[in-house]
Amino acid sequence: MRTQQFIELFPILQGTSVNGKPLVYLDNAATSQRPQAVVDRMDEVNLHANANIHRAVHTLSAFATEAYEASRDAAVRFLNAESRQEIVFTQGTTSAINLVAYSFGQAFVHKGDRIIVGEAEHHSNMVPWQLLAQRTGAEVVYLHMGDDGLYDLSELDSLLTHSTKIVALAQASNVLGIVNPIKEMAYVCHAHNVPILVDGAQGVVHCKVDVQEMDCDFYAFSSHKMYGPTGVGVLYGKKKWLEQMPPFLSGGEMVGTVSLEGTSFAPLPQKFEAGTQNFANVAALATALELQSRILNDSELNAEFSQTVKWLCNALTSIDGLTLYGAPGDVPMEFKLPVFSFAVDGVHHEDLAVLLDKMGVAVRSGQMCAEPLMNHFGVTGMVRASLLPYNTMQEAEYFTVALKKAIKMLK
Amino acid sequence: MEQIGTVKDREQQVIEDFAVYDDWMDKYEYIIELGKSLEPYPEGKKTEDRLIKGCQSRVWLDARKEDGKIWFSADSDAIITKGIISLLIGIYSGASAEEILASDFSFVEKIGLSANLSPTRANGLVSMIETIRRMAAE
Ligand SMILES: Cc1ncc(COP(=O)(O)O)c(C=O)c1O
Repeated sequence: MRTQQFIELFPILQGTSVNGKPLVYLDNAATSQRPQAVVDRMDEVNLHANANIHRAVHTLSAFATEAYEASRDAAVRFLNAESRQEIVFTQGTTSAINLVAYSFGQAFVHKGDRIIVGEAEHHSNMVPWQLLAQRTGAEVVYLHMGDDGLYDLSELDSLLTHSTKIVALAQASNVLGIVNPIKEMAYVCHAHNVPILVDGAQGVVHCKVDVQEMDCDFYAFSSHKMYGPTGVGVLYGKKKWLEQMPPFLSGGEMVGTVSLEGTSFAPLPQKFEAGTQNFANVAALATALELQSRILNDSELNAEFSQTVKWLCNALTSIDGLTLYGAPGDVPMEFKLPVFSFAVDGVHHEDLAVLLDKMGVAVRSGQMCAEPLMNHFGVTGMVRASLLPYNTMQEAEYFTVALKKAIKMLK
Repeated sequence: MEQIGTVKDREQQVIEDFAVYDDWMDKYEYIIELGKSLEPYPEGKKTEDRLIKGCQSRVWLDARKEDGKIWFSADSDAIITKGIISLLIGIYSGASAEEILASDFSFVEKIGLSANLSPTRANGLVSMIETIRRMAAE
């Protein structure tokens, strides 16, 4: 489809104005816009098939359960998981990673063990591991990132000791948007018999993901960054690990039999889905996943989009005093997500974001939940413009004009 | 440094200054100018306890009491924030605690600053005002 046809799927992209200017939404890495079809699916379940899932024998409950479980099937296909047992619904990437840090940690991580985490990670893939280390007496060892935004395979290899229990890395950083060679990293980890968790929150938005091919042990992503509803995430875990892990949350729905003496747990994946789930939103995830699969395979749309992205990348790097972090120079463009974080000499990121907002452009500014990464580059924050295929060349052009105007006002 | 008039007079003056601008750009250019011309703030006073929480940029505010009056000085690494704090200082510095606490800070809305600022920025502004009031009350 053409960009314009894609735009038509999103009500908010039909002439919304902000501060009297047409909205140019470039904060997609924080959350994407939602198409009508996804909202319709949420409404359909909320308005016409609302009953608690899995619990009752009545027909409405069966409808709701089917809608919910259809999303699990969609997620299996989307990630090419081996089975439905490997797909656990969570509230998002953060809660998926917390689940693993808690539950895998409970089963496998002890005093003196090592956990390897990337230094460029989002706080969501860092703090849960730090807390796990605190609880258990294990140690977090950080994998360095080169200025090109890539982790180094040989350094990873050298950090993997006998006592290493898990490695946690992002497929792509939310700041730099450089795609790491996860398959190779998984290979290196497995050579040392260590499982790897992949934070796919950003990667899943732009890359086709095949967890079997990637051979990762865990993969986490959020629905809301990929056209889906908020409050929904997916944790993929290899069955062999999920089976050995104790429940994270406990209560209704995740049990086999409960007696006052003790409880046995439900089979996978229900073991990890305690309590009433966000079922209407989960049901709509299937709609988002179908759309995303179509988008990733749409060569016409992607051809237009990659032109826009390349144009913007060049336009940004040619602005005086602007430093682009995670510039595609050292890696091919196909390993660079349309996520552009930058700083401008002598200009504060917050000032830029405020003035851009006045001109209708929504960008992110600040530390972007990656303080160690900011420290790595010696900055207090950056501005980030992140795009999706509904962003047009005109928007990219307008954004650069607005950016130059803002810089001029501030210098 | 001496202040002219009362806090109320100075608030009124700022409202009139801003009434001249109907374009957001002019308004922001004026704020940026205010930021650039703010008196230098001693590096030694950029301490953790003078840092105002709740702003995306860093804002330091220092208060000194003399002869029943409070004198503020401030700095920020973001120029728009610096302009806004400069505006606040221009009004409230050199006033008595009673005068500051009697102000309802409604001039902020009257000059269209609260509506014109991004949510985090609006929070920053709220934090700045709260800090000024707290320092006056101490
Ligand atoms: C790389 C990365 N990891 C984790 C997260 C956290 O995702 P969520 O807030 O949806 O749990 C984000 C998004 O903010 C992200 O970009």
